[in-house]
Amino acid sequence: MSQRVQSPVCGTESPKVQAQARPRIPKRLVSLTVNGRPAEIAVAPHQTLIELLRENLGLTGTKHGCGEGDCGACVVLLDGQPVNACLVLALETEGRVVETIEGVATDDGLHPLQQAFIEVGSVQCGYCTPGMVLVSKALLARNPSPTALDVRTAMAGNLCRCTGYHKIVEGVMLAADRMRNQEDSDEVGK
Amino acid sequence: MSDKPLSVIGGRAPRVDAWEKVTGRAKYADDLTRPDMLVGAILQSPLAHARVLNVDASRAERLPGVKAVLTSHNSPTGYFGVSPARYDETLFAKDKVRYVGDEVAMVAAVDHETACEAIDLIRVDYEELEPVLDGLTAADPGKPQVHELYEGNISGRVEQEFGDVDAARAKAHIVRTDRLSNKMQNGAFLEPQCALAEVDGRGRITLHSSTQSTHYVARTVAMVLGLDEHQIRVVLPRVGGGFGPKAAASTMEIATCLLAQRTGRPVKTMFTREQVFLHARARHQFFHEMTVGVDRDGKLLFLEHEALLDGGALASFGIATVYYAGSLLGGPYRLPTMRYRGKRVVTNKPACGAQRGHGGVIARALFEMQLDRIAEELGIDPIELRLRNVMEAGESTCNDLNMSSLGMRECLDAVRTKSDWVERGARKEPGRGVGAACGFFVSGAGYPIYRSRTPHCTVVIKVDEGGGGVMVQSGAAEIGQGCETMMAHVAAEALGIPLDLVRVRSGDSDLAMDLGAYSSRTTLMTGHATKQAAENVRHQVLESVAKAMDVPYEDLSIEEGFVKVKGEPGPLEALRTEFQKEHRGWKTPDDPYLTFLEASRIAFLDKGAIVGTGQYRPPPLGGKFKGAAVGTSPAYGCSAQIAEVKVDLETGQVRVLRVTAAHDCGRAINRTQVEGQMHGCVSMGFGEALMEEVVFHPDGKIANPNLADYRIPTSLDIPDIDAIVIESNEPNGPFGAKEVGEGGIMPVIPAILNAIYDATGVMIDELPASPERILRGMRKNQ
Repeated sequence: MSQRVQSPVCGTESPKVQAQARPRIPKRLVSLTVNGRPAEIAVAPHQTLIELLRENLGLTGTKHGCGEGDCGACVVLLDGQPVNACLVLALETEGRVVETIEGVATDDGLHPLQQAFIEVGSVQCGYCTPGMVLVSKALLARNPSPTALDVRTAMAGNLCRCTGYHKIVEGVMLAADRMRNQEDSDEVGK
Repeated sequence: MSDKPLSVIGGRAPRVDAWEKVTGRAKYADDLTRPDMLVGAILQSPLAHARVLNVDASRAERLPGVKAVLTSHNSPTGYFGVSPARYDETLFAKDKVRYVGDEVAMVAAVDHETACEAIDLIRVDYEELEPVLDGLTAADPGKPQVHELYEGNISGRVEQEFGDVDAARAKAHIVRTDRLSNKMQNGAFLEPQCALAEVDGRGRITLHSSTQSTHYVARTVAMVLGLDEHQIRVVLPRVGGGFGPKAAASTMEIATCLLAQRTGRPVKTMFTREQVFLHARARHQFFHEMTVGVDRDGKLLFLEHEALLDGGALASFGIATVYYAGSLLGGPYRLPTMRYRGKRVVTNKPACGAQRGHGGVIARALFEMQLDRIAEELGIDPIELRLRNVMEAGESTCNDLNMSSLGMRECLDAVRTKSDWVERGARKEPGRGVGAACGFFVSGAGYPIYRSRTPHCTVVIKVDEGGGGVMVQSGAAEIGQGCETMMAHVAAEALGIPLDLVRVRSGDSDLAMDLGAYSSRTTLMTGHATKQAAENVRHQVLESVAKAMDVPYEDLSIEEGFVKVKGEPGPLEALRTEFQKEHRGWKTPDDPYLTFLEASRIAFLDKGAIVGTGQYRPPPLGGKFKGAAVGTSPAYGCSAQIAEVKVDLETGQVRVLRVTAAHDCGRAINRTQVEGQMHGCVSMGFGEALMEEVVFHPDGKIANPNLADYRIPTSLDIPDIDAIVIESNEPNGPFGAKEVGEGGIMPVIPAILNAIYDATGVMIDELPASPERILRGMRKNQ
């Protein structure tokens, strides 16, 4: 039996192609806010948010783990909500606000989540860490006093193969605790 | 182990790479770009077994934007692999493809889309052959031959006997035979493999790769491309997990270098998640049958063990795997006699290699399940049965593994005390169960993969010329396990300086030589080399201080960054004055003692560059029999765990409620990291016990090559883990330290399976213990 078989790589159904470059699809402008700064970028219609962040803006803290929304390594906050950046088209972010791991620390220093992750050992290989920090940040924004189960539920879409999640949950609980105490003392100060 | 109290080791200092990882600044291979960089893509076989009749790449070559196309026609065709005795891989399929995913061609193009388009334009004519997909029948007569080097489809065979098994068997009070098999597991590290190769003006290659070994990759690339080793530099950026499968050099890495050579431009190739599954080199499928015998008191008398390993299409690490599958049963119990017959077959599936707990995990699971059934038959508490058999430090196994330290008894005591073990009978409710198990693992393979008396690693520590800071330089592979932090701790401790004076650069073959992150070797081996290099630096610095102060060298010490003379400041005025004269405009040092900053500056003024080197080669290890090289190690870590489960008796669904884990890691270099390794071990073992399975279609294609259908544990699956660090004094370890990265996976599966048995009476004989298998078992028992 002799047959021509398509390669399984690249994951896309490619059209029947001639031995010449495909016609270039015209790009369109998208305006969004990334980590507090406005950005205007020309993107192809099929380009994803992770590509926009990594390739156009050089924000490589957003990690590519599967490209299919299964692993959570590319989680960013879109208008404050965690999304898999590999599943969002760049054009969908028109006028919206994106926060990546690079935007979590402020001029005042690390975010309490980042600080806690460092202290309790939530980090091993680090590939899931940006997504874990962001998904936890979104959780604490809507629930400042989560239980461990709340934390585990919030990060159920973020895979980690190194830590068994144990010290990540511990890190989020510690950060939540500190952020509440900080808020209490801010209240007292007023 | 040093008698001195330790100031850095044993603490909980943060990882040296934590800051860059929590801020997103850490650079992994795919985060690197170069001007003019090309993108590589691979054409892989869609068929499990086929003759390659013709590869026509002409249309791909003509596609604008394509800069190079590699096939077996224009690439090196020699064999390479892991173990030189079993080099069986070629860069690209020449006559045959042997699994879905076998590499046929590779292209470099200006962007990803063009590269993929070019791949689609390569025309391959295949003649399909009957695939061999079932490991159990792969070696049957009449089966098609998978690989030209492996007649009868057998790529490794082990026959070992230690002591007189037959005589021991005759004396046994209880003899029982059981079976256990698993399914092929995937490493499922979060970062897919990625490589970036570039060639400088003199033709020297720099390869940044997501690998576990700078050394083996550099050697393999050099060998295949016909270069000398010095013509290639391999660098690890940050690596997003490895767990074994990234330890072997791959076609992707080598061919990316070749593409960079051919095009004169940097080339980067990254696997898709699907390609991680197609390439695999992860956990084998094992089929074990064991017959074990004990006397009336439950003392072990013999173990007769037969193992069949389905290795996929190539050897990879598999020859070590088939030896480990036998040798890692020698301990941690006094087992006077053991017979092992192991066979590794090749099939038309992705090659299997090393994965956390290399070779020993499923064998350990079956053996520990048998111990529980024997305890039941004898009416003895399963932990008590184990305590009656555990080895003590200093003893050797029947296959000559010397337990130079062994906190096995302490681990068992700890998990029994800290869990609900004692009350387990009283709280018995339907569907609830508790199980215990033990295990041990090597702290580094005693021998390198290729036959050589090479040091297993070297470390270079250079003191800053201005004094104060030191830079530890190593080839060791930081893949997330924390070896850079380990090196920083060891260097700081040995030098007597605070951690923040130590910087670490690792994972670069230009800096030093290191066999890499496998066999849980880095803490013991690279730790030793780091300690030696630091002691060397310390000696050089103190020599200069002794001369300058005119005090005996023996009176000097460095403690927490200060140089002391018999514990006193000593005559430091002249040195301090000289230092001050050099540093007008700086703050005047007013410490009561000479600081390491001042002392190391004095040493530089005295001698020039202060560079200390260290190396490590294991001492002569036991065993003269064939295969003794696999399993012998300078030291062994050991583990005990108790799992508590709740099985839904209607659905067979298992929920693990809690795991209590204790691990003897020798001296804990950093407690937080030891616990982290233990947690990771439990997590991976949990996945293998309950959910993980690479599923194959009847034609050899993987049915679940993604992280949705190949399920690994999520945060909602993993139970609370109580990680108890047991410390012993390992005489062969740096500051008494030994492994923790893999020993901790050994008890996980059997602890869970024993708990399932306790809950349901079902003795699982096939992993994963899915609801279907548990229900089937319960029906059979009724």
